[in-house]
Amino acid sequence: MKVSMTVNGAAVDAEVPDRTLLVHFLRDVAGLTATNVGCDTTSCGACTVLLDGQSVKSCTVLAAQADGHQVTTVEGLANGDGEMHPVQRAFHAEHGLQCGFCTPGMVMATVSLLAENPRPTEEEVRTGLEGNLCRCTGYHNIVRAVLAAAEGGDI
Amino acid sequence: MSILGTRVVRIEDPRLLTAGGTYVDDLRLPQLTGAARVTFVRSHHGHALITGVDASAALAAPGVIAVLTYQDINDIPPPPPLPEGGPPPGSEAAPLPMGGVWQEPLLAVDRVRFVGEPVAMVLTDDSYQGEDAAELVSVDYEPLPAIVDPADALAGHTLLFPDAGSNVAVAHPAGDTAFDGCDVVVSRDIVNQRVAPVPMEGRAAAAMWVDGKLTVWVSTQNAQISRFIMAGAFGLDPDAIRVVAPDVGGGFGAKVGIDRDAILVAWAARHTGRALRWVETRSENLVGMTHGRDQQHQIKIGGTRDGRVLAYRLDVLQDTGAYPRMSGFLPTLTNLMAVGPYDIAHVEAGYRVVVTNKTPIAAYRGAGRPEATAAIERAMDLFAAEIGMDPAEVRRKNLVPADKFPYQTPCGAHYDSGDYIGALDKVLAGSGYAGLRAEQARRRERGDALQLGIGVASYVEITAADAENGETARVVVNGDGTATVYTGSSPHGQGHYTAWSMLVQSDLGIPMDKVTVLHGDTDEIPLATGTYASRSLQLGGMAVHKADLEVKEQARRLAADMMEASEADLELDIDRGLWHVRGDPESSKTWAEVASHAGSDGLVAAVHFTEAQPTFPFGSHVAVAEVDTETGKVTLVRHVTVDDAGIVVNPVLTEGQRHGGIAQGAAQALLEEMVYDADGNPLTGTLADYAAITATELPSFELLVSETPTPVNPLGVKGIGEAGTIGATPAVQNAVIDAVSHLGVRHIDMPTTPARVWAAIKEARNSQ
Repeated sequence: MKVSMTVNGAAVDAEVPDRTLLVHFLRDVAGLTATNVGCDTTSCGACTVLLDGQSVKSCTVLAAQADGHQVTTVEGLANGDGEMHPVQRAFHAEHGLQCGFCTPGMVMATVSLLAENPRPTEEEVRTGLEGNLCRCTGYHNIVRAVLAAAEGGDI
Repeated sequence: MSILGTRVVRIEDPRLLTAGGTYVDDLRLPQLTGAARVTFVRSHHGHALITGVDASAALAAPGVIAVLTYQDINDIPPPPPLPEGGPPPGSEAAPLPMGGVWQEPLLAVDRVRFVGEPVAMVLTDDSYQGEDAAELVSVDYEPLPAIVDPADALAGHTLLFPDAGSNVAVAHPAGDTAFDGCDVVVSRDIVNQRVAPVPMEGRAAAAMWVDGKLTVWVSTQNAQISRFIMAGAFGLDPDAIRVVAPDVGGGFGAKVGIDRDAILVAWAARHTGRALRWVETRSENLVGMTHGRDQQHQIKIGGTRDGRVLAYRLDVLQDTGAYPRMSGFLPTLTNLMAVGPYDIAHVEAGYRVVVTNKTPIAAYRGAGRPEATAAIERAMDLFAAEIGMDPAEVRRKNLVPADKFPYQTPCGAHYDSGDYIGALDKVLAGSGYAGLRAEQARRRERGDALQLGIGVASYVEITAADAENGETARVVVNGDGTATVYTGSSPHGQGHYTAWSMLVQSDLGIPMDKVTVLHGDTDEIPLATGTYASRSLQLGGMAVHKADLEVKEQARRLAADMMEASEADLELDIDRGLWHVRGDPESSKTWAEVASHAGSDGLVAAVHFTEAQPTFPFGSHVAVAEVDTETGKVTLVRHVTVDDAGIVVNPVLTEGQRHGGIAQGAAQALLEEMVYDADGNPLTGTLADYAAITATELPSFELLVSETPTPVNPLGVKGIGEAGTIGATPAVQNAVIDAVSHLGVRHIDMPTTPARVWAAIKEARNSQ
């Protein structure tokens, strides 16, 4: 079937098999490989992207369901000058990533979390990111990064 | 001021944060354009004979290029025979199958020994087609009785390897030790359960053969070891193989070397003449990637009523899963570290390794040492409970005092440096231990449903256990004044680029942003060991440091020549990265000028650094847990640690390593376990079932600083990668048990799930 969507502000159209998952559309059709697949049970959140501004696990959305919608991946977060988004900057400053595999999903989940709750408590951050697994950081610096990004107030 | 020891944020991060890493599945190289996808057909049986494979339906499915079974593997040499004198213990450096009667085939031949074992490979144009076609490969099985419990493996009624005549792969049982003179002796059987490493990126490989040369991209901790393993497997000159480790999404020991699945991808690329790519699913990963731990311990501890431990005995039964990979080696480390940080006169440790119908066991963050620490730290608490003494006080009475280093243990380890009592006192003070005990007493007095548990664990561990293998580095100062570091260490999240660039800036005054670090490509770095056993900084970093110093001396000679001064008068201004003649700061030469003067070879030094012995980091953890005595629910509310790994090069990085290790340790203590049913079916084979720890189940951690240098290497550094799991696992387990000890509970096996805690409380109440 033909699927058309806007990814990081650019139109992407392609003929794909009906069962194509959004994450594979992004990786293999749009050529945006930052979004990773970390599991097959919607458990890990590595594939988190924004669909019309809301976080979704793109392994559990069909490309067809995103037809006509806006998708944002971590590649689309920095501004036109290449300056990192405040959440990206906070992850960098607070050492909120190690191997980097969960990071694109974790950053996108954070952007969505802070859009809903701009000043979360630590507990709200931990609850808000429960659907995103990280195996390297013990979440400690991820939580600090989210709180720091919220503190910065320029989300 | 030197940059070493300062908080430098990672130079790796901007790329990972804005474009994402380039993991194997992300490679968009021209050579891999149109690469076919590999999908494995895996055993659904724990133990069965294969009576037939019918691929006809799969071959007719859309996009299928080939279906390969063991019968197609007719173009590589036979595996090596069993060495004389029985199977050697595996080696962490080379996790090859043991060979001989224990031989692990690449693809299953006539039987399968664990759920997830590769039986056939399906090559398709894309991965969706691969999943469909793999379902169509019909494998006929004749089920055999499965061995899941190691006790059944010992009984030997069913044999996994009939030619071996036994399920015991290695046996060095513990001898008897003198418990004479002990007022109190406590014995207990405890379980260090099987867990899954779960790196966020699973296993993955891509391969192509062109003009007799094999190129393999693989998610590995050790590109160079992978190259030699494949050279052996294929009967090839290693120079005919290039292995590249691109970005690696976590390893935790389970990506040491290269697994049979990835070797098969390389083999199939030659066999079919196609470029191939394989990226496992998480459900494959949870049964196909090696698991960790899975030891049963018999512990016995004895001492005096005033708290002095006189004797300790540890007997380890290592469940190695279906094939003895490196798990002959893991319990030797458990034995080596059995006595922990304590001065105990009589110690006996031994082990047996048995095969079972489960996924093979190999290294997982700590690799044999967390098991040793878990055993003795439980033993210490059991002993303390028996004599009615505070567990921290019992530890203080028995820790090796600071004036006894270097210290030779009865287990054969040579502890280099330490201040174990200092670490314990620091963590007790930092956690407010006395106040916690007072709060615990109040809750007990009131009979609160929510009880407080305080878990203490002291540890010493071994890092760079294979120090003699060392690590390589080559440092080049280029004609433009930049530097390039070729490192044998291979990062998968640790921050090597940042740390090695800091070393170059500190040693040579070339700023970090002018340093490029390259790793994990055997064409660039043919000889190296790679990353495991917390060896990177003390071996790989030391190699960089030593190469820096050699380059510096070369530059000194060149600069002296250029400035017509004596070498002895040349000074390097590290802050500005300028050479000048002593007393004449105006006479400066830049690195670019000096390097340009070096001739065609440039300024370059290649080093293979080895250490005379391993190093022994140490520390103490205090975990604070709340336990709901009505439901058994456990909440880890605080975790305070001292982890002393010698001199710290970058606190940001060491803290990150500690955080991650603490979380994985807490995860084993509280939640995680690979569970099998009696037929060898995994019940936790997806991330929906396996309880990988999340942010909601952990507190923020409280890290205290302690730096005791080692004399073993000039930087004074030890390894920090595994300290967290080693210290945290027993501290958290002890905290949970401590919370309900006043109810009569002495022990709860990990993971301390609500069901187990609740059952332990109930059992204790019933027996009173």
